[in-house]
Order: sequence, then C-alpha cells, then structure tokens
Amino acid sequence: MIDRIPIDAVGIQERVARIRTRSIKKDSKLQALELALRMMDLTTLEGSDSEGKVRQLCNKAMHPYTELPDIPSVAAVCVYPNRVALAKSILKDSSISIASVATAFPSGMSSLQIKLDDVRYAVSEGADEIDMVISRGSFLSGQYAKVYDEIAQIKEACESAHLKVILETGELGSLENVRMASDLAMKAGADFIKTSTGKIAPAATMPVVLVMLHAIRDYYYSTGVKIGMKPAGGIRSSKQAIQYLVMVKETLGNDWLDPSLFRFGASSLANDVLMQWVKEKTGRYQSLNYFSND
Amino acid sequence: MAKQTNLTASQANTMNSIPKTYKNYINGEFPRTESERYYSVKDPSDKHIANVGLSTRKDIRNAVQVARKAHGAWTGKTAYNRGQIIYRMAEILSGRREQFIHEMVLLGYTKQAAEQEVNACVELIVYFAGWTDKITQVFGSINPVASNHFNFSRQESIGVVGIICPETPSLLGMLGLLLPNMVAGNSQVLIASHQYPLPSCTFAEILATSDVPAGIVNIITGNKTDLIPSISQHMDVDLLVGDESLDTNFRNLCELESASNMKRVYFWKSFVSIDELNSTPEETIATCLHSLKDPYHILHVQEVKTTWHPVFE
Amino acid sequence: MSEKKISDQSKSESRKSISLDWSYAEAPENTSHATFNKSYGLFINGSFTNYHESQSFESMNPANGETLYRCTEASESDVDSAVKAARAAFEGEWGNYSGTQRSHYLYRIARVLQERAREFAVLESMDGGKPIRESRDVDIPLAAAYFFYYAGWADKLAYAFPGKRPKPLGVCAQIIPWNFPLLMLAWKIAPALACGNTVVLKPAETTSLTALKFCELLQDIGLPNGVVNIITGAGTTGEYLVQHPDIDKIAFTGSTGVGKSIQRSIAKRQISVTFELGGKGAFILFDDAALNEAVEGIVNAIFFNQGHVCCAGSRLLVQEGVADTVIDLLKKRMEHLIVGDPLDKNTDIGAVNSKTQLDTIQRYVDTGIKEGASCYECSGPLPNKGFYFPPTLLTGVSQSSTVVQEEIFGPVLTIQTFRTTEEAIEKANNTPYGLANGIWTDKGSKIFHVGAKLKSGVVWSNTYNKFDPTSPFGGYKESGKGREGGISGLHAYVKLENSGGM
Repeated sequence: MIDRIPIDAVGIQERVARIRTRSIKKDSKLQALELALRMMDLTTLEGSDSEGKVRQLCNKAMHPYTELPDIPSVAAVCVYPNRVALAKSILKDSSISIASVATAFPSGMSSLQIKLDDVRYAVSEGADEIDMVISRGSFLSGQYAKVYDEIAQIKEACESAHLKVILETGELGSLENVRMASDLAMKAGADFIKTSTGKIAPAATMPVVLVMLHAIRDYYYSTGVKIGMKPAGGIRSSKQAIQYLVMVKETLGNDWLDPSLFRFGASSLANDVLMQWVKEKTGRYQSLNYFSND
Repeated sequence: MAKQTNLTASQANTMNSIPKTYKNYINGEFPRTESERYYSVKDPSDKHIANVGLSTRKDIRNAVQVARKAHGAWTGKTAYNRGQIIYRMAEILSGRREQFIHEMVLLGYTKQAAEQEVNACVELIVYFAGWTDKITQVFGSINPVASNHFNFSRQESIGVVGIICPETPSLLGMLGLLLPNMVAGNSQVLIASHQYPLPSCTFAEILATSDVPAGIVNIITGNKTDLIPSISQHMDVDLLVGDESLDTNFRNLCELESASNMKRVYFWKSFVSIDELNSTPEETIATCLHSLKDPYHILHVQEVKTTWHPVFE
Repeated sequence: MSEKKISDQSKSESRKSISLDWSYAEAPENTSHATFNKSYGLFINGSFTNYHESQSFESMNPANGETLYRCTEASESDVDSAVKAARAAFEGEWGNYSGTQRSHYLYRIARVLQERAREFAVLESMDGGKPIRESRDVDIPLAAAYFFYYAGWADKLAYAFPGKRPKPLGVCAQIIPWNFPLLMLAWKIAPALACGNTVVLKPAETTSLTALKFCELLQDIGLPNGVVNIITGAGTTGEYLVQHPDIDKIAFTGSTGVGKSIQRSIAKRQISVTFELGGKGAFILFDDAALNEAVEGIVNAIFFNQGHVCCAGSRLLVQEGVADTVIDLLKKRMEHLIVGDPLDKNTDIGAVNSKTQLDTIQRYVDTGIKEGASCYECSGPLPNKGFYFPPTLLTGVSQSSTVVQEEIFGPVLTIQTFRTTEEAIEKANNTPYGLANGIWTDKGSKIFHVGAKLKSGVVWSNTYNKFDPTSPFGGYKESGKGREGGISGLHAYVKLENSGGM
C-alpha cells in the first residue's frame, strides 16, 4: 500500500552536513530565534508531573523572560492527559495551545479500544492537539494496513483537535522505514508527523528529519495538502534549532516556517533560545542564573 | 625562616621534588591496582627507584572490558585519522624526550644510548603512522573470480589483543609490539616488563595526551606469573602478541590456553639488549629499527575478509 | 480511509499564520589574519628573487575585478635558474636523503598546512573566486591530506613496486591549473618529493597566491634549497619550462588543447610525461535511484566549484521515466543555491575565475540556445561587480549538440534522457573524453555492471566529485594519461629498475 522509496543514507548525511555549514548571523539569527520560540511545544511528560510542576510549565509558557518586552508566546504546552484540564484552566485566555500525548504513550502497547478512549478523554478534558504514537511492533513486522487503520480511527476520535503522529524514528531502524512510516501516517490522516516520544535515544536527528521533510514535500506535490513537522527530543541548543530551520527553508520553503506547520518538541531549548537572544542584543554571553529554571 | 638553613641537602631535595606514583593506565585514566599491592622497581645497583602496582586478574579483566568497548571508536575512525593520531604520539614523545632519557638513564642506559633510543622511537612511530592508509592497498586485493562477481579481500582488525612486553627497559622493544597492533586497528592490553616497567608506564602519559581514544591502549604492571595465565585464558581476548625471548614456559602456556577460544598467538623479535645498546648504540639501534619496520607484523595481527557482489544489469 | 478534515477550530488556526520570508544575513569570513604581499618575485633555490615591475603581471580578485597583488613573469633565463637549482638539489643534499628523512619534511608540510589552514583558505578564495566554505572544508584539508599520505610512502617505496627497485627521475617540471590551486600543487609536489625528486612548478597565472604563500611555509620548515622552486607566469613561461633540456619529467594538468600542444612539442625527446586534461562527465541517473540524494549529487557534480572541475558531471543522462520529476526537484533545489561573494560563508557558488572564462561560458550557452536548447537559470540575484554566472540547465539538446560535446567549464548542465542501460552506457562513452562518470541506482549489481563498461578513469556510484589521496584519479582517452593519488600516483615519479635475483 505504500511504495518503498530508496534512500541513500550517505547522501542524506552529506546534505545534512552542508546544511549545518550555513552561518546564520545578525538579523537572520534574531528572526530565527524568535521563530524558534514561537514554534516551541514546551513539554513535560514525566511520571512525576505533579499539578505544581505543570503549573510551573504553564507559567513559563506565558512568561518566559520578563526582562524582554515583546517576547512572543510559545506555540503550545505538551502534557499527559490527566494534566490537560489543569493546563487548560491556566492557559485558556492565552494563545497557547494545549497538546496532549495519548494512545498509551510512549509505548503504544495496548488495545486499540484503550487507545481510542485515551484520546477521547484527552479531547474531552480540553486538548487542542493530540500527539499519538504508532504501533512500531506492527510496523516492523510489516502490518502496514493495521498501522494505517489505527491512525485513521484515532484521527476520527480527535474530532476537531489536530493530530500529530509520532513515528518513534529511533525504533524504526532505517531511513527507508522512516520514509515509509511518514507516507503512511500522512495518507492515514496526520496533520503533523513527529519524530519521537523523547523517551528513548536517539530522538530527533537531522538525517531523520530531512527524510521526513522530503516525505512532506512529496505529499504536498501530489495532493496539495501541507502537513506539519515536529522534531522532538534531543534538541537542546539554539544552534541545533536554527539548523533545523535552515533545513526546513531549503527543503520546503518559507511557507513551513510557521508554528502551524512546524514545532519543536523541547523543554530546555527555551532557555537556550532566550540566552542567545539576549546575547545577540547585548553582545554578552549569558548565564543560566538569570533565566528561570522551571 | 631560620629553620630552613638547617636542612640537609637530601632533606631539601625531598621537599622540592615530588616523585611520581606509577599507576596502571586503563580507559584513559590512571587507576591503582585493585589488589593495592606493590613491588619495588630497582636500578642496576639494586637501589629502589619507584613502587609499581602488582596487578591481578581483576585489573586484566577491567582492561579487557574497556578495550572491547572502545574498539569500535578506533576502527570507526578513518585510516587517515588513525595515522594522524599515531603521528601525534611521535610529536608528543618528541616534546618529552628529556623525561624519557632521564628515566632510561636511571634504569641503566648511558645517556648517549638513551638519546639514540628515544630518537629511534620517534622514528618508528612516524614509520607506522604512515601505514594506516596503505595496508589494504599493498596487501588487499581484487580477486578475479571465474564468475559474474566482484570479489575483494581486505584486512580488518582482529579485535582485542594482549601484548606481553619483553624484559628490557627498551621502549623500542615495547613499541615494536604495540605499533603494528594500533595500525591494524586493534585495542590493546599491555603487560609491562616486570623488571623494567617504567618506560611503558611513562609512555601511558604520551597516550593520554595525544588523541588516542580512551581504552584503546591499556597498560598493566605486575608479575608475569599472575598476569599471563589470566590474559591467555580470557575468553574475550582475540589475540596474544609477545617477543620471541619470552620464557618458554610462558610461551607454551600461551599456546595451550589460546585453545580456549582459538586466540591467535604471535611472537616476533622485539627485544633490545641494554648491554648491546650501551656498547654499540648506533649499530644496535639500526639493526633493531630495520627488523621492527616491518608491515608484515601488521598483517599478522589482522583478519582478511573477502566479499562477493554480483555483477549484472 | 477517512478524509482529511481541515481543522478550523483549533487555536493554532485562529492564530494568524505569518509566512516568514526568512533570508540569510551576510556572514563574512574574517580576513584580517590572512596576510600577503602586494608583489612577489620568483621562488628559486630557497628564496624569493627581487621583484621588478617591468617584468610583472597583475592577479585579480574575481569577486570584484580588483587587483589583488602582482607577481613576476618568469623569463627563459629565470626558468633556467630554477631548473639548475632543482638539479643541484637533486644531485646534492636532497638526492642523498633517505626516505625517512624525506618523510619527515613531508609530514611537517602537512602539519603546518593544517595549522595555517584558515589563512590559506581565505587567500585561495580571494585569489581564485571559490567560496570560502569550499576552500575551508575541501581544498585546504585535502591538500594537507595528500602531503600526509605521500609522506608515509617516502620510506616505504619498496612495497609499492613488487619485484622492482624504484629510483627517482630527477627534476620534475609541473604545470597546474586555476581551479584548485593549492590542491593541485599538493597533488604534484607530494608524490614527487616522496619519491626523491625535485620540482619546478608553475602555477596558473590567475591563481599564484597560495603557491607563493606555500613557499614561505617551506622556508619556515627548512626544506633544503632548490627542492621546490615556484616560477609564476603564463603560457610562455610554461613553454620555456616544458622545453628546457635538463628536466626529467613533465606533469601537466590543464586543458586538452594545451596538453596536445605540449605532447607535440616534446615528441622528439624521450621524456616521461603525465597529463590530466579535460572531461565531459556523464551523470547517469536510473529510475531506481534515491532521487533526492541524486539531485544533491547533481549539485555537487556540476555546480560545486562553479563547474570549474575537469571531472564535472556536466551531462545529465536521466532515465526517461523519472526525467520530469528529477528536473523539477533540481530546479527547486537550485532556488536555494546562493551565488555570491566568495568570502561569505553562506555562498554556494562563487565567482568565475576570470573574465575570459566568463565569456567562454556565455558563448557556449549562447551557442546552445542557437542550436535549439532551452535554457533555465536559477533566479537568485548576482553581485553587480566581479565575474559571476548562475547555475544553468540546458534541455532539448542531443548527443551532437556543441554544448554536449565540448567542455564548458562552468555551472552549466546539459540534460538528455535514456531508456535502457545499454543506451546510457553508449551515450556516456560517446565522447573523446574519459575522465569521470557517475552512476546513480539503488541496485549494487547494476553499479558494477555499468561501471565495468564505462570508459573513464573514475567511476563514482551514488556520489560525485569525491577525492582522497589514496584513490587514483586520471583519465582515459583525451582526458589524459597517468594517475594521481594512491600507489598509481607514485608510478609517475619513479623509474623502475630490475632488482637482482628473483
């Protein structure tokens, strides 16, 4: 049901290496930093997420750095389903979306029924976005139709919430599998495709993201529909984030340089972006002491 | 203030000099032996020079473990990169000549012999650095098989090698065993000379400060009686290498124990007699270098892998 | 299959989506640390001769057309002095050095080049027009690598020639081109010195700077006088050098035209000569290739280094079934290529080396259009000073078109289609050249099959324009004779005597 596209991993590495030589300075750097912040899904997905922890995250989302005026909001916060209501109550008057993981995150190892209920629960609690996981075991054993059907049904359960499909690329074994899973997810109804749960290594890497961007581009050429991209996990520095933006620009064009089509799934990235921003404005390298460590 | 003028010369000396503690070199660090037991290293007049660890099977175990783990980091580098790293060892050794000369003199070298030896060591390292990216060009092959296949043979690293250093203070003797293995891409665990461990121990400082990844070369001091059985029996060591002059009983033990996992066992001449060195340094060094500058030593410690690939439309 | 619902109520949609027109700000390379003289003499016998304005010529920075420095046009007697110095060094000190001693000098050259890499990279870009990113990431590191590799051969020559005893040739006359100045210098000098020869080298007249700077490096490391001599100048100087009666070898890299005239002029002499000449490489793209990576490969093959590459993949042969897709992907990729100031770190395509070359490229494109080709240029802006040419595609061409037959030496790609493997092989081989070709397919066996049939000295599979000191490089047919790199590269610089016994 999905064609196998040959992918040359060495060629992908070389394209990535070229992209990483781009030198983004001055205005273009400030623009990139601002964009990175606007694209962030501030995330906390720990078993130890108490209400207080989530409250902290939401506050950070709304007020990342009070010293700087005109700082834009992040795109969303990302939490477990049972913290959605709390987040909603705090953020309801802001422009920040509530994203919830669901479908027996992170492993996805449960019945379809439970996974659908998980989604419905999160939606009913007020989630604007659902981040689901695909069944990697089924995918790796070639049960593509099953994986497809799951995604389609979960999309239905999302109702008006938009759906991000997490491929968990670190488990898929090859770039060709990443491409196949991307194509499958988009055909089945994904609004966004996402690299990782952030719970295993490797999480998002540049070669994997490039392959996924190629998939999004080809899907757009053949259907006219723009699907979004979310690398998640392992992106800690502004430098990395900016390299991803270069990759998006040179693969998909400026249209995708927007939170409606690109997100960073990150937590510590926010402070690094802020520190870089202040450094660009003042010329001084910053210390974490001056930025809230939530 | 007045107290200082009452010190004897040797007291003053002790206060101003800080003698080194010689430790094992494992995984890029300098741990003490697990046994915490030591033995005294003496100079030719039987005077104590330093305490050195009496290592045990546990130290061997630790070293083999890290050597195995680090192996991929060495073979994963390009041949060019490995060549550069080995060359850098020569740069660092060159910068530390005086340190080695001083130590060798303590162990019984004449100053002239020590200088010549250190120069020869630098030369030998540079020689081997240049082989990393040439071995497969000279000794590998494309094989013209009588079928529609592209067939090629190339040399690969064997894996983890146990090296038994010869009983001589000569650094050249140790390098003659170590360098071909490094070029071959192996990870090594060296058992230093029992009577003259210092140059090997100090060489660890060269390894630690050039860009040799941690765990690729590990150096253990101690008694051959304790250490050779444990390294030759170890199931995760792929190869044993030593100098021909190793005591026959130990050699036989190596051959016998290697059967446990079919370790390869190789001995070649990598020994320099300190007496010969002192009496005729130039000649001795020249002969020694000539026999050590041999790429066939590299071949001994490599495997050959042959691959077939079909050729058609 | 559920239909895609356009979600219209989520917050992300209600937020205004401002498409950011993000472009890269200037990222100029710092050049303050790269020093050079305003004028240079010749480097003969270990020192620079006096500079005389009357005997000089200018070298321009092609990025802005301004004079960068002036150097000396070596006269016939200058060439004679250089050859004499090289001969004296060969018969003196250097000729008596052991391989070990030679290797130590070559290693030093490699290491110092690595230390001073950035400075050399900046000067290379200023003098020749190639982007700083290329000089920094490719040219200079590779040059150092060639010296490092051949340093390791100097004391191991016996292993390179089983059954023979290698001896140096003597004085080597070497002439190099302007497309990879320092790298071509390394390709020539490193093996020559490793084998015990001495050298008189003439850099291209538009790019002498890194060669002259290299002489300062040689002085710093104390290479004995006369081992390397650098004589700057143009075609006439080259002729004097090639005609000199006391040279033992000629190595020439440049155009096939000049190569042929050198061959004619040395016909009566018994002299060893190697040539590395022009090419018209085919980039053979099968329908089962990894297409995205292949498109990137095309960019590397023809647009990298402004297309000033003898082995460039300047003829795209794409299997018909994927031709439209590939051309489309290629055009979109070209939109992100930045043509601009070579010293800007984001520049992908730098300046064309000279006005002459720029005119040549334009002439070819005009000819192509006149013969019926359609021309597509990438739309990015070009700087308004200096010599620049945009990446260009020519479609609607055929095997007999001038632009398909002749080497353009610019960022211009001709595009033809093929249907079967045999057809691709035939078209690829149907040229007087034979330097390099590329094969793009996912099928390993096809790579070996096609590779075996292609008549070129280099075959790249699923990659292009890859160089390594261990990998022999050179052409079939009119692309030259002899190889550079690897053990093959040593053959050019030794004579082989029979060793006694077996």
